Amino acid sequence: MKLKNNMTKQLLTGGLLTAGLALAGNAQAITVISFGGASGDAMQEAYYAPFSQQTGNAVTPGDYNGEFARIRAMVETGNVSWDVVEVESPELARGCFEGLFEPINWEVLGIADDLIPAAVTECGVGTFVWSTVLAYDADRLPRSPESWADFWNVEEFPGTRGLRRGAKYTLEFALLADGVSVEDVYDVLATPEGVDRAFAKLDEIKPHIQWWEAGAQPPQWLVAGDVVMSSAYNGRIAAAQEEGRNLEIVWNGSLYDLDYWAIVQGSNHVETAHDFIRFASQPEPQAEYSSRIPYGPVNPAAIELLTEKQASRMPTAEANLEGALAVNTDFWVDFGEELEQRFNSWASR
Amino acid sequence: MTSITANHTATDNQPIAGLKAQLRRAERMKKIKAMLLVAPLALFLVIAFVMPISSMLWRSIDNTEVGSVMPQTAAAILDWDGQGIPDEAVFAAFAQELRESRAGGGLGRIGRRLNYEDPTFRSLLTQTLRGLPATTEVTWTEELIGINARWNETSTWLAVQRTAPTVTDRYLLAALDLERAEAGQIAKVAENQRLYVQVFKRTLVIAGGVTLICLFLGFPLAYLLATLPTSKSNLLLICVLLPFWTSLLVRTAAWIVLLQSGGLVNSGLMWTGIIDAPIQLVFNRIGVFFAMVHVLLPFMILPLYSVMKSVPSTYQRAAISLGAHPFAAFWQVYVPQTLSGIAAGTILVFIMALGYYITPALVGGPSDQMVSYYVAYYTNTTNNWGMAAALGALLLIVTLLLYMVYHKLVNQKQLVRS
Repeated sequence: MKLKNNMTKQLLTGGLLTAGLALAGNAQAITVISFGGASGDAMQEAYYAPFSQQTGNAVTPGDYNGEFARIRAMVETGNVSWDVVEVESPELARGCFEGLFEPINWEVLGIADDLIPAAVTECGVGTFVWSTVLAYDADRLPRSPESWADFWNVEEFPGTRGLRRGAKYTLEFALLADGVSVEDVYDVLATPEGVDRAFAKLDEIKPHIQWWEAGAQPPQWLVAGDVVMSSAYNGRIAAAQEEGRNLEIVWNGSLYDLDYWAIVQGSNHVETAHDFIRFASQPEPQAEYSSRIPYGPVNPAAIELLTEKQASRMPTAEANLEGALAVNTDFWVDFGEELEQRFNSWASR
Repeated sequence: MTSITANHTATDNQPIAGLKAQLRRAERMKKIKAMLLVAPLALFLVIAFVMPISSMLWRSIDNTEVGSVMPQTAAAILDWDGQGIPDEAVFAAFAQELRESRAGGGLGRIGRRLNYEDPTFRSLLTQTLRGLPATTEVTWTEELIGINARWNETSTWLAVQRTAPTVTDRYLLAALDLERAEAGQIAKVAENQRLYVQVFKRTLVIAGGVTLICLFLGFPLAYLLATLPTSKSNLLLICVLLPFWTSLLVRTAAWIVLLQSGGLVNSGLMWTGIIDAPIQLVFNRIGVFFAMVHVLLPFMILPLYSVMKSVPSTYQRAAISLGAHPFAAFWQVYVPQTLSGIAAGTILVFIMALGYYITPALVGGPSDQMVSYYVAYYTNTTNNWGMAAALGALLLIVTLLLYMVYHKLVNQKQLVRS
């Protein structure tokens, strides 16, 4: 059904494009691929439609499930039908390394200073921010926890805690709880002593941890009272808050990661693709997108256009960014396997 | 007389030979037809079974990434004696082929492979690629060392050398918590990295435990099913089969709802006063056993039931009437007759349990994950197919070995009994 709809859409836009070309001559259609779903719908309203309207360049939308192999096949056969594609940070790092994406021309784009630093990379432009945060049920705790040190404090906050079953995020949180400053976390973690330190810190609360696997588990456990606090994805907590649950987020020490726009190597519309990305990074479309789905804008100016309630839930709101840390994707692409193995070895002991 | 007979036979042989030929032709046609009928099945088996498994087995030792992208470097560095640094020819080939690797995705392949040797290789390659001069009239040894001093280290080139041969044992060794030490001998990995031997043991323990519980629960139920009147047993059988009609995920999620600390089981136990505080029933080994036994029980009951159905009840009665204790009659007369059902049920449940992945992932804790969990992790998350294939291959070997032992045991038992 979805496929059919997309095909109709593509046929329609394709038809419109041919008509448009005949009239305008220099208008171009670009194909923009996202992960679809609720986020894709929000992008359609916030980015694609207004962009076509304002520039006359039609946008052919499409979606995929992050299959890296499709992009690779396109580039290798030279049959590039996608122009702009939404990628997660590990794929951006791998694709950039393998030369699957066009380098971003930041001079032409001219927006590097408007965006948060993590959004500015060699091959990709950040489009939204999501966060792994400390969440708790405000009805069950004597006082609000303020940091990961409080998460480790089982005397004052007795009860089970939830953490993601894996080394990623968990080791960073352990170091933050151990007093490592936000700027130093990855430098410390890159040394063998730092890894030992993180695991030693985890040893302290090992008996109190219930490990989660799926993003839907932490809010459910918090609501059911299985855990008193947990690491969680901010979008999941926002959804539970919408349902009227009294869940709260500690933004201090949160780890944020981005999804990026990248331009497929060999695209015929590199210029228009840059135009599209510039447009999609402006405050108004960014605010429009974030008002539809609780992912944070990469352009801080967009925050001011949101309602106060919406803004307070954004990972990129100024107050929430304080003490927050960007996930170092390169670090995890390189050391992930080794650390995950050690984590699993540790966890099953 | 003899000559006449001989003549007679000779003339008579003509039509017989013709008949024989006809018969052969007809037989051949039949064979061809039969083969054509079986051909789709055989083809299916080759495509869906033989090819994937052999390609998986191959991947567990495949080491062709660097050799296919950098053929000259691989050939040249294999001749290097491992002392100091390689000569200019290796440096030149490496620099040339590194530059060319960017086209066609080769860089990604060698980057991934070299990163298994040393996690910092990917960034080293990126940096080197950026620093390569445009001309070819240079001394590559100097150039590379100028870009990064690590190219002047023996260990860097030893890592490259390890990726040059066509096959490697690194994945299979790693799947057994072993590695090649610097000098090439096999050694155990550092203690905090040891994982998979334990995971294999755990997988066998969980699968064995689930099989035993299934047998203890399934045997009486199958007995009941086989002895009840048909109308009642049919109804019961539908109840047994009901789980088959529900998705595995739904059943697993249902167990989470039932067993969690605010769940039905815990609140029931607390209400009756058996326990004061909720006990941990899920996200640990208990939850894994609950959910897996529930899912796999029908696979034990059905073979048992079909065998028990054919066991006449008269034997057991005869034994009792001859003075045997009822338990002895059951144990020595009835059970041996159901042995083939027990054998089929246990092997079916055990082998299915070995490959369980989603259920332990959802209802287990970190120390309850089985081999397939790690196979999925390497396949989907890190794209390390060598490691995934090695774990899969070892699991396959362990399963086959166990099956052979089991087969022998069961056959011997049956021989002794009969």
